[in-house]
Amino acid sequence: MSVGIVSYGVYIPRYRIKVEEIAKVWGANANSIIDGLMVYEKSVPDMDEDTITIAVEAARYAINRAGINPQKIGALYTGSESHPYAVKPSSTVVAEAVGATPDLTLADFEFACKAGTAAIQTCMGMVDSDMIELGMAIGSDVSQGAPGDALEYTAAAGGVAYIIGKKNQVAKIESTYSFTTDTPDFWRREGMPYPEHGGRFTGEPGYFKHVTSAAQGLMKRMGTKPSDYDYAVFHQPNGKFPTRVAKMLGFTNEQIKPGLVVPRLGNTYSGSCMMGLAATLDIAKPEDRIFMTSFGSGAGSDAFSFEVTDKIEKIRNGAPSVEKMLANPVYINYATYARHKGKIKL
Amino acid sequence: MSVPRFWRRLKNLYNLIGTHCKKCGGFYYPPRNMCPRCRRNGVIVPFKYKGTGEVVTFTIVHSAAKDYAMLTPYILAIIKLDEGPRLTSQVICSHEDIHIGMKVKSAFRKLGEESDRGMIYYGTKFIPLEN
Ligand SMILES: [Zn+2]
Repeated sequence: MSVGIVSYGVYIPRYRIKVEEIAKVWGANANSIIDGLMVYEKSVPDMDEDTITIAVEAARYAINRAGINPQKIGALYTGSESHPYAVKPSSTVVAEAVGATPDLTLADFEFACKAGTAAIQTCMGMVDSDMIELGMAIGSDVSQGAPGDALEYTAAAGGVAYIIGKKNQVAKIESTYSFTTDTPDFWRREGMPYPEHGGRFTGEPGYFKHVTSAAQGLMKRMGTKPSDYDYAVFHQPNGKFPTRVAKMLGFTNEQIKPGLVVPRLGNTYSGSCMMGLAATLDIAKPEDRIFMTSFGSGAGSDAFSFEVTDKIEKIRNGAPSVEKMLANPVYINYATYARHKGKIKL
Repeated sequence: MSVPRFWRRLKNLYNLIGTHCKKCGGFYYPPRNMCPRCRRNGVIVPFKYKGTGEVVTFTIVHSAAKDYAMLTPYILAIIKLDEGPRLTSQVICSHEDIHIGMKVKSAFRKLGEESDRGMIYYGTKFIPLEN
């Protein structure tokens, strides 16, 4: 396979709420929550931001970073679990706003937190078969946790866009492998504002089983081992899970460190491990190898193996880094947060 | 805004696409079909603005119609784009920071929505250049 990442862009809203601030409202012990989740604060969208506006900002940065002609994008897929419309694809607005219309195919993807990596795989196949020259895969979410629910401490907002192509790759995609089963760990029914989850059911049979199976499956196919990689990124519903799964698989804390963005960002769902990959590309050097495994409840995992090329240096400064997007946040209190998240209706 | 009216203006709202007169060098936003200076001799072509400019004047809106009530208090400003045209837009920044002459850049935001059932209008607002 001769496809890879040609460019990437990220967007994180400026607002943050600290875990302490949420815990205070519910009379919970902030320190034990922080210790349990390894998350200190999470991003919050502005009142006029949603999955579509965030996807557009990330997509524009991806186009600008490498000076891409948007008319060459032949497919665009937006993965999210918080599409603003039940019927009317987010991707139609994104494609129009980045100037990619009308000569392209598009659709919205849904697979909890791994809809964005499923979009990358679809673009890979279309580019590799020469159906299209460039494909754009986006993961974007403004996720909601029910007030007082454990998810409220981590459900964050952010988006990431990758442009997949053959020419001018900044990271070659060496291979990908997925592991998928029917596992009812997390769901949201049509018309319901907040998701439901199977409590403890989410960890072992959900996240850990799928992430380790996909990761080990890919390494077995490729004949690689954790020490062959400079960096690794795993889906980040909190800080604990990716840290533990890395250890289970034989990766070190140093390998996952640059991509572990969740403590200062929260879980950006479809953006989560794609954001970690972007943060790693922000600092990677040519010939570095990166391992990535996403996870989506329901459940499935997509594992990828990347090798960074020397083109990375050329495009790196063409758009803001993840670190730049995380810097200078504006902290808000719970009342403002409730307004921002539409928990108060007028 | 009605759905058909929004749809007709959608490209201009999403990307600040206006017009430029190649004869006199005038820049227009919203787009004009005829150059007000050159009239019938004008040569009007579509033009995509960079999206950078500065605040000429502003006001803080404390009470607004239902569609915008959720956003109050918000900043409404006249922006002079670097290429010349002026337009009215919301500026997203702290009320302490907003000032005349502030450098701004365009951002993609929700402009409003009809209702919980209605369509969502997207388009361009402005944020501080140093953001
Ligand atoms: Zn003229």
